[in-house]
Amino acid sequence: MTTKFTEDHEYIRVDGKTGTVGITAYAQDQLGDIVFVELPSVGQKLKKGDEAAVVESVKAASEIYSPATGTVIEVNVALTGEPGLINSSPDADGWIYKLSLDNTGELDALMDDAAYAKHTA
Amino acid sequence: MSEPAAENLKTVVLNDEHIKLGGRMVPFSGYSLPVQYPSGIIAEHKWTREHAGLFDVSHMGPSFLLLNEKSGDAQRDHEAVAALVEPLICGDIKGLKPGQIRYTLLLNESGGALDDLMVARPLDPAWAGTLYVIVNAGTKEGDWSRIATAAGNHATLNRADNCGLLALQGPEAVAVVDSLIPGVANLGFMTYRNFDWAGTHLVVSRSGYTGEDGVEILVEPEFAAKLWNAIRSDERVKPIGLGARDSLRLEAGLPLYGHDLDETVSPTEAGLNFAISKRRREAADFPGAARILKEFGGDLGRLRVGLFVDGAPAREGADILDAAGTTIGRVSSGGFSPSLNRAIALGFVPPASAVPGTKLQVSVRGRMQAAEVTALPFVPHRYVRKATA
Repeated sequence: MTTKFTEDHEYIRVDGKTGTVGITAYAQDQLGDIVFVELPSVGQKLKKGDEAAVVESVKAASEIYSPATGTVIEVNVALTGEPGLINSSPDADGWIYKLSLDNTGELDALMDDAAYAKHTA
Repeated sequence: MSEPAAENLKTVVLNDEHIKLGGRMVPFSGYSLPVQYPSGIIAEHKWTREHAGLFDVSHMGPSFLLLNEKSGDAQRDHEAVAALVEPLICGDIKGLKPGQIRYTLLLNESGGALDDLMVARPLDPAWAGTLYVIVNAGTKEGDWSRIATAAGNHATLNRADNCGLLALQGPEAVAVVDSLIPGVANLGFMTYRNFDWAGTHLVVSRSGYTGEDGVEILVEPEFAAKLWNAIRSDERVKPIGLGARDSLRLEAGLPLYGHDLDETVSPTEAGLNFAISKRRREAADFPGAARILKEFGGDLGRLRVGLFVDGAPAREGADILDAAGTTIGRVSSGGFSPSLNRAIALGFVPPASAVPGTKLQVSVRGRMQAAEVTALPFVPHRYVRKATA
């Protein structure tokens, strides 16, 4: 299992052909208290860079762009009742959606842990 | 998530305190100010509703208008200085009692709001002929130049925005301040007076913009940090940033200038008829009186309403539609209510759609969401109308 990062602070945790997408701890800290999450639909096809979800803090709405191309196979419905999971547990319980990846090779262009740490330093 | 450039921003006198406390500094009205501290907007919001929240509002525009030649007769001097500002606003300033503060609006010739502001009469007769005037940060230069022009050589406008202006808001706020500055608890709601404290003078008003009881305190710049820290050291107090200040005032249904009020919006459209004083109405002697009095009689095209919004917050600029899907207005400010745990908004709609209970829709990112007109405020005001001591 590897985790890759976008410049816009999404992460994608890859397990075989499945990617789990969320926003990083850094991103949730920048946004502040999350109060609403608009999830994609299961079955929705997303291209890399497409708007996949919207995360709303008290102050503003932020679009979440898909880090990879594929089909949405699951969404984190727990966020509907408890959007603050993104703040309390961005890497685990606060995941946003799972994607069946069309092309895992696409992920090579994303940042690894070390590069992302540098990006947010 | 990009942050606007921080160049040319002014800093407030308490800037170092905010940084020490971990405040996240953002640009606001030309100033660098904390949008939140590490505890976050929701925790800060709830703390203010339950205890006492300390706000730095030094970016705003406190000022004093002083009559140049006083007669020595307190009432006459008050009336003389009141007569200089009344032609600009719709409030009865002449009729203020000593120590009283009035919320009013600065109007253009078409009756549109140039700003909303507080105007107060000093309690001490020795200060008669002075008005304490507090305007908004983003409009202060224009407001002050307008007031100074109207005052001509009869009065002098002294700006006090080099000072600290602190607000302590919440059910425990007055008790906290009274323990530091004895006598503050005796102030009635919307009154102010001067207090001596630790070798300086403080101007303490029982007022605020959160819907809670509380005070606003003007302090000399060299004493601002001392006062901030003295208040903050009380365990009932936490510092609160601009984020929660906005969500608190939104829940209280209070308009934010530049959003819910602008040069096209009249006080009547904004639901602020209480701010058009009876004497001024009868005399019809304020800017835009013809339009405003017509609207006051019920002939108007739009009204500010509160909306309960289902689902995602509807932010400023979102279209408001009727049940049939026709666009009838726009959200002027909206967001998430931490007290109610749901989205709320203020917006303008035609009077026929402004009745509480009316089912409307808002368009958020191209999708329709249900909304319902509700009476304001969203969260009841808890002002203490009478002195507690």
